[in-house]
Amino acid sequence: MNTLDTTLHAGEHGHHGPAKGIGRWLFTTNHKDIGTLYLWFSLLMFFTGGCMALMIRAELFQPGLQLVEPGFFNQMTTMHGLIMVFGAVMPAFVGLANWMVPMMIGAPDMALPRMNNWSFWILPFAFAMMISTLFMDGGAPNFGWTFYAPLSTTYAPPSVTYFIFAIHMMGISSIMGAINIIATILNLRVPGMTMMKLPLFCWTWLITAFLLIAVMPVLAGVVTMMLMDIHFGTSFFNAAGGGDPVLFQHVFWFFGHPEVYIMILPAFGIISQIIPTFARKRLFGYASMVYATASIAILSFLVWAHHMFTVGIPLAGELFFMFATMLIAVPTGVKVFNWVATMFRGSMTFETPMLFALAFVVLFTIGGFSGLMLAIAPVDFQYHDTYFVVAHFHYVLVPGAVFAIMAGAYYWLPKWTGHMLDERMGKLHFWLSFIGVNITFFPMHFIGLAGMPRRIPDYALQFADFNMVASIGAFIFGLSQLVFLWNVIACVRGGEKAAARSWEGAEGLEWEVPSPAPYHTFATPPKLPESQR
Amino acid sequence: MVRITTITIGSGLGLALFAASAQAEWTVNLTPGVTDVSRSVFDLHMTIFWICVAIALVVFGVMFWSIFHHRKSRGAEAHNFHENTVVEVIWTIIPLLILVGMAVPATATLVKMYDSSEAELDVQITGFQWKWRYDYLDHNLDFFSNLSTPREQISNEADKQEHYLLEVDRHLVLPVDTKIRFLLTSNDVIHSWWVPALAVKKDAIPGFINEAWTVIDEPGIYRGQCAELCGQDHGFMPIVIEAVSRDDFQQWLADARADKQRVTAAAERTWTLDELMQQGEQVYLRACAACHLPTGEGVPGAFPALKGSAIATGEVAAHIDIVLNGKSGTAMQAFRDQLSASELAAVITYERNAWGNSLGEAVSPAQISRLLEPTTGEAEQ
Ligand code: HEC
Ligand code: HEM
Ligand SMILES: [Cu+2]
Ligand SMILES: [Cu+2]
Repeated sequence: MNTLDTTLHAGEHGHHGPAKGIGRWLFTTNHKDIGTLYLWFSLLMFFTGGCMALMIRAELFQPGLQLVEPGFFNQMTTMHGLIMVFGAVMPAFVGLANWMVPMMIGAPDMALPRMNNWSFWILPFAFAMMISTLFMDGGAPNFGWTFYAPLSTTYAPPSVTYFIFAIHMMGISSIMGAINIIATILNLRVPGMTMMKLPLFCWTWLITAFLLIAVMPVLAGVVTMMLMDIHFGTSFFNAAGGGDPVLFQHVFWFFGHPEVYIMILPAFGIISQIIPTFARKRLFGYASMVYATASIAILSFLVWAHHMFTVGIPLAGELFFMFATMLIAVPTGVKVFNWVATMFRGSMTFETPMLFALAFVVLFTIGGFSGLMLAIAPVDFQYHDTYFVVAHFHYVLVPGAVFAIMAGAYYWLPKWTGHMLDERMGKLHFWLSFIGVNITFFPMHFIGLAGMPRRIPDYALQFADFNMVASIGAFIFGLSQLVFLWNVIACVRGGEKAAARSWEGAEGLEWEVPSPAPYHTFATPPKLPESQR
Repeated sequence: MVRITTITIGSGLGLALFAASAQAEWTVNLTPGVTDVSRSVFDLHMTIFWICVAIALVVFGVMFWSIFHHRKSRGAEAHNFHENTVVEVIWTIIPLLILVGMAVPATATLVKMYDSSEAELDVQITGFQWKWRYDYLDHNLDFFSNLSTPREQISNEADKQEHYLLEVDRHLVLPVDTKIRFLLTSNDVIHSWWVPALAVKKDAIPGFINEAWTVIDEPGIYRGQCAELCGQDHGFMPIVIEAVSRDDFQQWLADARADKQRVTAAAERTWTLDELMQQGEQVYLRACAACHLPTGEGVPGAFPALKGSAIATGEVAAHIDIVLNGKSGTAMQAFRDQLSASELAAVITYERNAWGNSLGEAVSPAQISRLLEPTTGEAEQ
């Protein structure tokens, strides 16, 4: 227990604890504080975006317009999508990285702590600006989270300029966060932890960080081109001025497809930490997991036009993007097989984090199957921009990314708070979420195949039944997230004392430090535990 | 089979529902459609679906088997094996082969879909916010097709009819057994023209002309919708195709052209203010109210109010100009090719005399007709 001593030892030597009051949070450079800020911010955004989703689902409960005007409905879908993607999922992963990466690699903090403070504190301003557009003349952005030109340029409400600046700020924040994670992982690993001993959560985040650095500037570029078209008389996307509206889509999706992997690779990492713990067995194929993650990341740059099968790209282009997309199924399959092989002949228990991880494996894979179907270009003509797509991306994002985040939160909460979760409440949250998510999103496959386009506030009568089911499910799912909030608060406030190694099968440096983790960990490098040597 | 599984799942969920919404038959799968291509697409969809189901059964089977048998509570001990090259190569190669098996028929279908050569009939389809224009290129006939569901049904003041939101004032009439080529473009933002029964979905993009084609096998009515978010009334621009026999199609073409002449002729007679107001209200509700609102009050920041507006209560020439020619770079379209002279005159008259705008003067159809004459260029490039 050498490592434990060093931490405690370091603590005795006058290392200061957290500052007092609001200043602690405003000026903090401590990775744990910043991680906490990110996580709470993400939860707030999750509830904000969730309320918008419920507003959408309430309007779609029955055919006819009941609650909102079509224009406002479009603002809701747009803001819901943007807030969930940029406000809920991405910051949650950065928060988890902040908390866990230094502890997993035995580093005292992130490599660039001041920049870390900045990359968080930009976010509340960016989102305040974006949400304020709801109260402006002409309303908030109403062109979908994909903001296709010219709907988002020539035909946009005036608030689009604020939207553009908000996107710029989010991009800056993400890039800074990514640089920090790369610098930390590459430079601050404890001696002896070679790259091929890096915990998988760190590996997937490292690769994600490179994706972020590669594509966030592309997003910044595309919104800047919009800004120029709107205010400075250029015609990048304006056909009447010799521009090209399809160019917008190419640039957007060159960012957008890697973006969806940015939202799923860290989730793969979390799941790859949790399943071995509760199966009490090493991950079946560590090396192949690393290579699979890297191949997914590389392929993700070559498939963007699968979102554009109907824009009229030439046959050869269509075929190329179809084949490249299908190819992604191979490394993704490798990941799923690895998780299953890890469970096989293990010694499994089913605490809350494991339940979420298992649900992730099953439901993410279902989303993967519908993804494979969407990759088949000729059939995608029938699926594209219907509720089938809405079902697909919610299966990968909600029981995919979001369940992984919740699994991670439940897994590491004892380390953060020093208290074990009330398992009964954890299981309640799990089962309500699991049932709710499926009632919400499974019927969307049916209404999509039956022909209901996405982003519509009202629909033909043959879609009525399943829309009603989906709306009921959405309210079950949405309300059950209050149980999550309750669980987190309860766990912060008290509960059974957590041991340093809070879960029986847990391996890794983060489980060598006491729970709750002291404000400063690893002031001197720890020794690698036996299992990682 | 798919019907059976999906229906069992579906009805399990559906039992909880009220009878009120059981008005129309529900579907849970793609339509096989009425063309050769749509049937290949459907077959491809089903093939890939079943392959996915098979893979899912194997993967989830092993997973649940482990969850059941290898649990600590049953005394299972962990067997710490890991990394097995043979297994890993197998589970990389087998999926690859399955994918190749999928790619072959998919490629064949796609190649077929891209061959729009030797079409017998060309129809140009132009997306507008929020309606479609159909132009039978070699037959000197074009018209707009608008949603015809009454507003009262949408706002729940009247019972919804069977084809709620999927009905239009003028069908796109097409002959069966004829290779038809669609040329798609847009006047404003991007739209997407989708008719599931034909398995045709293609974006209508300003500045581009996209191609798609079909050969319809069976006469009938086929409905579809716009599939690309195009603004506020994206959900309210359906497509209705009426497929008829080749002879009926010729007859219909002749009738439609004759109708068009009658409408043009109507502009020449004198209209009373009342007549214009009456027709104007109808045109306004159909073509303008989506933006300027039925009350003429507009939406601040997006669509100007016409009630009391400087243009609608000022110089008539400026008013006529903006309605005929639109204002480029804004959502206000040019209506000169969208409405007939009498409709234009009526709607302008209406705007100048409704909601408390009370100029008392009528704009005559003949006056508009004269302005329309010199047009040569079409609205789109
Ligand atoms: C797609 C939305 C849309 C539709 C449909 C539409 N308009 Fe407009 N209209 C606008 C916008 C936007 C403007 C403001 C243009 C500008 O920036 O000057 C406008 C401006 C006008 C004006 C000038 C108002 C003023 O005082 O500046 C008149 C008159 C007008 N429209 C009449 C009509 C008529 C008549 C119709 C139906 C035949 C119609 N509009 C349909 C969007 C629309
Ligand atoms: C409470 C759970 C959720 C519900 C009920 C829900 C529901 C919906 C609905 C109804 C739509 C609109 C579909 C349409 O009209 O086209 C939508 C869109 C979307 N959702 Fe969710 N959602 C939920 C959670 C999430 C999460 C967690 C994410 C992301 C991580 C997410 C990402 C998106 C995106 C990107 C869109 C597309 C927005 C657009 O069309 O521009 N959703 N969601
Ligand atoms: Cu993609
Ligand atoms: Cu549309």
